[in-house]
Amino acid sequence: MGLRNFFDRIEPLFVKGGKYEKLFPVYEMVESFLYTPKTVTTAAPHARSYIDMKRIMTYVVIATIPCILVGLYNIGFQANHAIATYGASGWRAWIIEALGIGFNPANPFANFVHGLLYFLPIYITTLVAGGICEVVFATVRGHEVNEGFLVTSMLYALILPPSAPLWQVALGIVFGVVIGKEVFGGTGKNFLNPALTGRAFLYFAYPAQMSGDTIWTPVDGFSGATALSVSASDGYAQLAAQGMTWMDSFLGIIQGSIGETSTLACLIGLAFLLVTKIANWRLVVGCLAGMIAFSTLLNLIGSDTNPMFAMPWYWHLVVGGYAFGLAFMVTEPVSASHTNMGRYIYGALIGFMVVMIRVINPAFPEGMMLAILFGNVFAPLIDYFVVQANIKRRAKRNA
Amino acid sequence: MAQTRRQMLVDPLVDNNPITLQVLGICSALAVTSSLQVSFVMAIAVTLVTGFSSMFISMLRNHIPGSIRIIVQMVIIASLVIIVDQVLKAYAFEISKTLSVFVGLIITNCIVMGRAEAFAMKNPPVASFIDGVGNGLGYGLILMLVGFIRELFGAGSLFGFNILQTVNNGGWYVPNGMLLLPPSAFFIIGLLIWAFRTWKPEQVEEPEYKIQVVDAH
Repeated sequence: MGLRNFFDRIEPLFVKGGKYEKLFPVYEMVESFLYTPKTVTTAAPHARSYIDMKRIMTYVVIATIPCILVGLYNIGFQANHAIATYGASGWRAWIIEALGIGFNPANPFANFVHGLLYFLPIYITTLVAGGICEVVFATVRGHEVNEGFLVTSMLYALILPPSAPLWQVALGIVFGVVIGKEVFGGTGKNFLNPALTGRAFLYFAYPAQMSGDTIWTPVDGFSGATALSVSASDGYAQLAAQGMTWMDSFLGIIQGSIGETSTLACLIGLAFLLVTKIANWRLVVGCLAGMIAFSTLLNLIGSDTNPMFAMPWYWHLVVGGYAFGLAFMVTEPVSASHTNMGRYIYGALIGFMVVMIRVINPAFPEGMMLAILFGNVFAPLIDYFVVQANIKRRAKRNA
Repeated sequence: MAQTRRQMLVDPLVDNNPITLQVLGICSALAVTSSLQVSFVMAIAVTLVTGFSSMFISMLRNHIPGSIRIIVQMVIIASLVIIVDQVLKAYAFEISKTLSVFVGLIITNCIVMGRAEAFAMKNPPVASFIDGVGNGLGYGLILMLVGFIRELFGAGSLFGFNILQTVNNGGWYVPNGMLLLPPSAFFIIGLLIWAFRTWKPEQVEEPEYKIQVVDAH
């Protein structure tokens, strides 16, 4: 194989003592991206598994494919729909006209292309800006660039609104990668989810571009509230009056961030992760149980002034980022709890906090991002108490 | 003490900084640094209180009974803080309103108490005064750095003057709203500590845990 030969020929330049030894992480990144990593376990225990970090990360990226496809279609659909009223402008419209595709929302291909023209700039910016940070840290600190960044960048791009300015996209991922991950030593040592850290940074730094009713469909003059903000102001019953059924929300043809509108797509991804055992089912069970229990409790309590109290759990499931967070972020193995008991508690804590923030906190209509970050912070503490309880129980048994 | 007076004044600025090395006084550093002007006033207030409280405590150090020394120190510090608070209210009322409770909280600022306990109780008045002023300046330096970053990038201004014209005023700069929220100071102080320790590697602490490498055989 020509490519393999090429890598073998240039490898001596990058190993220790070679001309470009400082750039070894870059060589290693490209090489292990294309081929199976060469390093194998050298020390005991010699338990081997077919699954390595590269495969875990690749599987997560594969699991996001349904979300990407639905997301591309949905952004294009929403944009084409709005263009019918408000007219098209900008370089994207120019490209689409040059290709002769048109802006017909009934044409799925036109929707896909239009969606792609929004998604690709965001994704490429994320890869370039975050990738530069990764490579700089890897080179200076001498660790390897690993496939974790592919997951981070994909998840990050999918939870942004399609109209996000590209410089903010770049700033957010740099913050997420550096503060969320690299300062703690890189992949595997981060206690926060880097994609969410970057997203939270943007949310608090630039609220005008990251929240509100005008950002979810990137057409000038268009204003469309997300299902969550409608429910927060008028109650979820009002959604039907605006022509949004539960099924629309489940399938994802609604206003929202790029990849998180479709609950169905997220659940397909989640099923894939559960079958391949990348995601731990205990986290999912915990998170669902926490959300269902607390939202049902609030339904029973009821409130005359806050319509969110009446929102049933099956609506909580399909609006906002709950499904996406459940599938790809609650289940992230590094920042979640590591003990089995801890996983139930961790999941339940996030499920509880999500409903808490959505319903009771008036400042934030969406709570999934903050709830997961909150859970991330508590994960080590939960593990600590689970381990201590186990130690106590065993000490008693052997006393 | 083998320290010269110059060292007493200069050491706390970088080498033994109360915020970045001793990690004291963080609470007020988060709260008052959203604008440079307020940071500046706070820095002066803390410097004066630390300097004079150290001096007065040092004067009395041979007469303070050990068992109630903290109370005596608190009385001196509290009196000085009240003076500072009254002066601010009289001559800079607007700033005093922004600083609100944080002037009063200088009483509980760990840096003031720390210098009184660690230095002033064992050293003569002049040395104590210089040491107190030095630590106040070290605190002030970090406050000003954090305030500089937060006001410049959070509001596009410095000391209230427009530097980066913001979008709302017809300019190009989109202000970073997070920098106006207190938690942003956590990140900035963290990054400053990182920068200081890269510059002065001897400040880096020993790791609590070492990852053990097992040799392959």
